[in-house]
Amino acid sequence: MKKIEDLSSIVNQILPNQIVSNSYNHEEYTITVNKNDIHEVIATLKNNPETLFEQCVDVCGVDYLEYKNEYVGDRFAVVYHLLSVKNNSRIRVKAYIPDGDNPNIDSIQDIFSSANWYEREVFDFYGIIFNNHPDLRRILTDYGFVGHPFRKDFPLSGYVEMKYNEEQKRVVYQPVTIPPREITPRIVRKRGI
Amino acid sequence: MADIKNYTLNFGPQHPSAHGVLRLVLELSGEIVQHADPHIGLLHRGTEKLVEHKTFIQALPYMDRLDYVSMMCNEHAYVLAIEKLLNLEIPERAKYIRVMFDEITRILNHLLWLGAHALDIGAMAVFLYAFREREDLLDCYEAVSGARMHAAYYRPGGVYRDLPDTMPQYTESKIKTKKQLKALNKNREGSLLDFIQDFTNRFDKCVDDYETLLTDNRIWKQRTVDIGIVTLERALNLGFTGPMLRGSGLGWDLRRTQPYEVYDKLDFKIPIGKNGDCYDRYLVRVAEMRESNKIIKQCVTWLKANKGAVIVDDYKIAPPPREKMKSGMEELIHHFKLFTEGMYVPEGEVYQAIEHPKGEFGIYMISDGANKPYRLKIRAPGFAHLSALNEMTKGHMIADVVAIIGTQDIVFGEVDR
Repeated sequence: MKKIEDLSSIVNQILPNQIVSNSYNHEEYTITVNKNDIHEVIATLKNNPETLFEQCVDVCGVDYLEYKNEYVGDRFAVVYHLLSVKNNSRIRVKAYIPDGDNPNIDSIQDIFSSANWYEREVFDFYGIIFNNHPDLRRILTDYGFVGHPFRKDFPLSGYVEMKYNEEQKRVVYQPVTIPPREITPRIVRKRGI
Repeated sequence: MADIKNYTLNFGPQHPSAHGVLRLVLELSGEIVQHADPHIGLLHRGTEKLVEHKTFIQALPYMDRLDYVSMMCNEHAYVLAIEKLLNLEIPERAKYIRVMFDEITRILNHLLWLGAHALDIGAMAVFLYAFREREDLLDCYEAVSGARMHAAYYRPGGVYRDLPDTMPQYTESKIKTKKQLKALNKNREGSLLDFIQDFTNRFDKCVDDYETLLTDNRIWKQRTVDIGIVTLERALNLGFTGPMLRGSGLGWDLRRTQPYEVYDKLDFKIPIGKNGDCYDRYLVRVAEMRESNKIIKQCVTWLKANKGAVIVDDYKIAPPPREKMKSGMEELIHHFKLFTEGMYVPEGEVYQAIEHPKGEFGIYMISDGANKPYRLKIRAPGFAHLSALNEMTKGHMIADVVAIIGTQDIVFGEVDR
């Protein structure tokens, strides 16, 4: 397994201007890049013979709206996990995206075919648009679903519920009737446990 | 000749060989598949969102319900992620128990896969044989956790309790004679470990049985050889992991390359395929069952020789023993706090992957220092595999689609989450 220090120096060498910050935690290496550079960064990491990250393991969206209940900064993030089977190393690439009418980032579907569905999933759940994606449809939510359910301001119980209507003899959607409830409140501890 | 146009066919969601709720929109030219568009999400339960509203321990049983044929492996990735965030070292015995049950789970999963895959392609008998052995393994699950499937046995810091000294036995009834009863209970007289040991001793023979039915079977070969070939380069690009990747000829196994728990101390081989077709993936999985059996044997030997704690002694993470809780005030408070407010996990983000029977199962967890995960992303192997269905089925006959769905080992619990 390649050492994180070695990996980090190589990555900083081949991407001299794109990296906004580096971090090492729990033996994992994370780089943060500007969202406009994402396509170039991923392509370099894949094709450079020193890094050779030939697999895109995961693409994940994050909504930082309620992070520690006091978050300031860009609301969304897209997190890419790459794996190199040749060097036996992993890297996490993070790109922050500000909130707005259409948060967007470039698609990496042309570099990694596996990113196709992952990006559809992020679009479905967070409403982040992937530019140049060939087939950006919803993937996991229902046909005709409205909204982006994994955003932190989307309620857990949702907005609509489905039931069988005896008079119309079909399944209908209606506004949710169950009140939202929280059994265990979420508490953020400032100092340790 | 009449002009034949392409036509679209809706396959599923309630089709017996769709392995759950897969809806496929197939574009066909005659019997040749031109394009396959899987529609998934019919089993979407929003696990990742639900977990954001649950404490760390409350979220654990959701993991069983992801890939519902390899329950404990899902839990394993989840508890490992929490332990990584906590920088927690767990007792050695707990590690061996986890590894043993991971491998039991791998056999469970591969048996179901083998049975269902063979059934899809037309071999009925294998299913019955596979389920005979599955029953014994599910009994192990039940003995240790009380549940046959959704065990919730792994906990952050170890496992819920030590292995039991007795196995549940069959009881007398109208349809079982004394003699039958004695035969049924023969291997259940001792402890759970004895029962597992007995199983490992006869399991190799059982795998031979399945192989006699399939490996050299002409029909089986006609249906699987050269079907759904994926080259190594494409397999990597499509995000394949586990047997799907190994079938294409790369010896990549996280148990060996990025070992967790005690896999670096155990002796096992990594089978790989050559051509990357359905038949190779079948051989890889069958060989994996034999390797898993070997690992279980080693774990049983170790566990019989070494006693010890199975969960950490930190009451902020694991509940105190019941007798202490009933007599000590402090332990009572700890117990109460742990099960009402939950445990706190330090701020940070980790990605923890394990070698799940289906491939790389990863948990990406972001904690902001609260008693609930801030974001939990489940990296399911089946999701990546299913996304390659279009590429794998292109140019094949419609009957081969069934073989390819089977070889991918799709379970919708994890694909739809």
